[in-house]
Amino acid sequence: MASPSLMDHLFQRTLDDVIKGLRHQQTLESAFIAKVVEDVRREIKSTELPTKSIALQKLTYLNSIHFVDMTWAAFHAIECISSPNFAHKKIGYLAISQSFHESTPVILLITNQLRKDLKSSNEFEVSLALECLSTIGTVDLCRDLTPEVFTLMSSSKVFVGKKAVGVVLRVFGKYPDAVRVCFKRLVESLESSDPQIVSAVVGVFCELASKDPKSYLPLAPEFYKILVDSRNNWVVIKVLKIFSRLAPLEPRLAKRIVEPICDHLRRSGAKSLMLECIMTVLNSLTEYESAVKLAASKIHEFLVDDDLNLKYLGLHALSIAATKQLWVVLENKEVVIKSLSDIDPNVKIASLRLVMAMVSESNVAEICRVLINYALKSDPMFCNEILGSILSTCCRNVYEMIVDFEWYVSLLGEMARVPHCQRGGEIENQLIDIGMRVKDVRPELVRVGRDLLIDPALLGNPYLHRMLCAAAWICGEYVEFSKNPIELIESLIQPRSVLLPSPIRAVYLQSVFKVLVYCLHSYLIQSQNVTCDLSLKVPDVSSIGVETSVSASLKATVDCEQDNLRNSNQSYEDLSILDDGEGDSSVSALLGEKSLTHESVINLLNLIESALGPLSGSFDVEIKERARNVLGFVDLTKQELGDLHIRKPNVNRKELTASAIVELVHEAFSKELGPISVSSQERVPVPVGLILNENLAELDEICGDVQLPSTSSSSLVSPYLGETAGFSTLQSKQDPELSNEAASLLAEHRKRHGLYYLSSEKKEVQTCDYPPANDLNSSTNANDDTQDLVKLTDQSFVLKRKPNHAKPRPVVVKLDEGDVVPLSGKKVESEDDFLSGAVREILLGSEAIPATSTIKPSDKLPSRKKGKEKVNVNLHESKENSAEGEKPDDENPSLKRRNHRSHGKERSRKSSGKKNADEKQGNEDKEKKKSRHHHSRHKAQPRADMPLNVDAQTGIIPDFLL
Amino acid sequence: MGIRFVLMVNKQGQTRLAQYYEWLTLEERRALEGEIVRKCLARTDQQCSFVEHRNYKIVYRRYASLFFLVGVDNEENELAILEFIHLLVETMDRHFGNVCELDIMFHLEKAHFMLEEMVMNGCIVETSKSNILSPVQLMEKSY
Repeated sequence: MASPSLMDHLFQRTLDDVIKGLRHQQTLESAFIAKVVEDVRREIKSTELPTKSIALQKLTYLNSIHFVDMTWAAFHAIECISSPNFAHKKIGYLAISQSFHESTPVILLITNQLRKDLKSSNEFEVSLALECLSTIGTVDLCRDLTPEVFTLMSSSKVFVGKKAVGVVLRVFGKYPDAVRVCFKRLVESLESSDPQIVSAVVGVFCELASKDPKSYLPLAPEFYKILVDSRNNWVVIKVLKIFSRLAPLEPRLAKRIVEPICDHLRRSGAKSLMLECIMTVLNSLTEYESAVKLAASKIHEFLVDDDLNLKYLGLHALSIAATKQLWVVLENKEVVIKSLSDIDPNVKIASLRLVMAMVSESNVAEICRVLINYALKSDPMFCNEILGSILSTCCRNVYEMIVDFEWYVSLLGEMARVPHCQRGGEIENQLIDIGMRVKDVRPELVRVGRDLLIDPALLGNPYLHRMLCAAAWICGEYVEFSKNPIELIESLIQPRSVLLPSPIRAVYLQSVFKVLVYCLHSYLIQSQNVTCDLSLKVPDVSSIGVETSVSASLKATVDCEQDNLRNSNQSYEDLSILDDGEGDSSVSALLGEKSLTHESVINLLNLIESALGPLSGSFDVEIKERARNVLGFVDLTKQELGDLHIRKPNVNRKELTASAIVELVHEAFSKELGPISVSSQERVPVPVGLILNENLAELDEICGDVQLPSTSSSSLVSPYLGETAGFSTLQSKQDPELSNEAASLLAEHRKRHGLYYLSSEKKEVQTCDYPPANDLNSSTNANDDTQDLVKLTDQSFVLKRKPNHAKPRPVVVKLDEGDVVPLSGKKVESEDDFLSGAVREILLGSEAIPATSTIKPSDKLPSRKKGKEKVNVNLHESKENSAEGEKPDDENPSLKRRNHRSHGKERSRKSSGKKNADEKQGNEDKEKKKSRHHHSRHKAQPRADMPLNVDAQTGIIPDFLL
Repeated sequence: MGIRFVLMVNKQGQTRLAQYYEWLTLEERRALEGEIVRKCLARTDQQCSFVEHRNYKIVYRRYASLFFLVGVDNEENELAILEFIHLLVETMDRHFGNVCELDIMFHLEKAHFMLEEMVMNGCIVETSKSNILSPVQLMEKSY
């Protein structure tokens, strides 16, 4: 009769068979798994538990190792754990621990089975149930099973007892009210004579204290005892973790634990314990110099150890010390810097962080220089790590560390030349940011920007495009500082700029426009002055540009160079090299002006026309529009310039429309753009009569009308399409011409800026590939650099902060609050608070509002929902909520009963507690000195029916360690 | 939470044991194991045993062909975790006698029980080999 299930059982594959099968399936693994799962689906439905459990076992295995879904088998797992056979139970529990979670629908069905197993006389069954509860315990499960767990905590079998203690952590986390029931016993376990129990309970407190240390301060004496007495390093490590949380809260406690911790540090041979002691000292005991010194010496031992793990951890410890005890890092700087060339990337990054921590105002320049040299030789990942950390360190607190901005700006330019550089975006932000904030550095910015723009190789690295975008913007915006605007235009329209993405090309075009306007404007002023001067019979034509005053809007370039300019006919490039950026600013745009002869301007206009002509048919609207703007402008001015040239004298340029336009546009562009505070929008007052939150629903009607054509825009597209088609044919016709043109432009560009091209010409023209901007010459090896850096940090730290700057730090514009990123709200407090509230109530009594503690625990079971909703739960409030809200008693009568029962037990057992408490009332002073009494107070506290406010006034923890 | 997961992975990157102490979906697990295995197995013997991953740390150690990887919170003591791994290996060694990958494959359940004895809720609760093994062996005997 039972043939199918019997057959199933007889021919069922065991788990071992499956594993063997899997081992032999090298290629068809997935097919084999699918087959097994299919079998499992059939077998698991069997009514025979052996068949079912083996099927489940196979499924569990596949789930664990091969990611096979097993959520569908949840109910079968529950069937297995209800088997009387331990083997089936075991399989069922493993499956449940592995696959159940909060939202498993059938999870509530296991409550009774768990309860049954928790009460079983077989300790292994109890253990299975406890393990299961510790992994999958939900709020409901934890609430319903708290009484059983409580009972098990004092089990005579250590094997069960320690697990019950471990489970408490899960129970507290899910159901904070369990604290009222179990906490006292948990505290008692701290003094258990059995090391296994102590080990488990310390683990629980370590986790609890990491979430809310304050509540556990009263337990410090117990922890202290373990710290001093325990010989188990695992336990001591946990206790140290607890203390490193508690010590910052209570200075007297810190004082007491310093000695034992130092003791451990000196005596222990276990590296893990040493590490924990070091961390505790660095995190929480930084005021104790001797301890820090001892820790520092141990860190040094770690750093010079052959074991790479210890070295890494030593570096890690240093990075913690860096915030408060920088001297520890400085003492070990040699090791740190040598680690920059370690083989392990993790070690390298750790040491890089430390090097950046050592950076100060006085050594930032040198350290950055050496790091950049490092970056040149490193692999791409670490190289960018270096660049990134330089960038982020230097811009900290609005460039707080930077004194010499000219140096910094040129450093940013240099970064672009590092071949692996991928930090274009960050460099972009900083270039523009500095441009806006630091007025004095703009000439240098423009110089750096020009160097970047002019170098065709940089265009080949897509990561740098955004940085070039910033350079283009800067050169356009601050063109008045440029020594040779024409050169700028040439570099902005250079042939390789086709490699840029279109939004950035648009920025390039806009910059061309700005620079062009500037050139024309200068030229017009110049020519006007020439005519004036001529009429005023100034003989020496060559000095015209120099003598004449410049229009007020034009500021500064370098004065001292005028002589150079006049006397020697050096090229501008040489000049810019000569210029050492000493921004003495009696400056003028003279250099630029002088170069602007009529011819050169006309040439410039022609050049722009030929370069931008093809772009006026671009498919990108932004590019197209801007190109056309420029072209239109060029067209307009070209004619009139011709006129101007012919009718030399007595021209009133104001009459010419082009000049007027140039004037106007120039004025518009010379308006300075400044940084804007983040909050400035809020400060704009709302105009009277404007109602911002008015409902705009009525607009729908109008908008509906508007939308209509846009949705049916396909009809509009066709003419446009025709147009573009026209364009494309036009373009294709132009194409050969265009490429010729490009080639000739490229050739011309090379002729001008040969500096940036390789000498071998042949390859260059054909291939569009340029050599990397900064080839590794690798003339120096890494070791030299290490020596360098070591030396350099040496001197700079010996000198400490005695920079004696040649020039004062320029003004850096900061906006009142705009620069400070607002802290992201308050710390969101979770339901942990609920737990800590409960714990505090039990341990301190005083912190919670006294009145609440007079309520019986069973009366104040706040519903789970309420507890969750509550942010920053105040115990008092939550009590009120529950009182007025649901009636938990009705909801959960069984629990109530149990609570009563357990409390009854407590009471009988602890009848002495009451006496103690009463005593205490009278002798508060004495009690403060005796920790024994203090203990008894803990024990007395949870007695729910006793008013706790008796010693509420003792409030803060007294000298518990005396 | 302390320990978040314990993984055993062979040289080919196949998972041999996976124990999580927080709930992850299958997809999350697959992604996590993939990332970690890629990250850790690529490292050489000359590199340290700690890897930062997402917002936690991985402490790993290689025994013959098997990698033991433990994901822990940032505050966890790395050296203690290394000792924990060693303890786990020694325990299995004592039980299986010269433990190898196959032992774990065919006795996955037992390996899980040993881990359960050692770790609860992500906390290390038991560190004595005999305490860990006695229930496992008793269970074996009586059933």
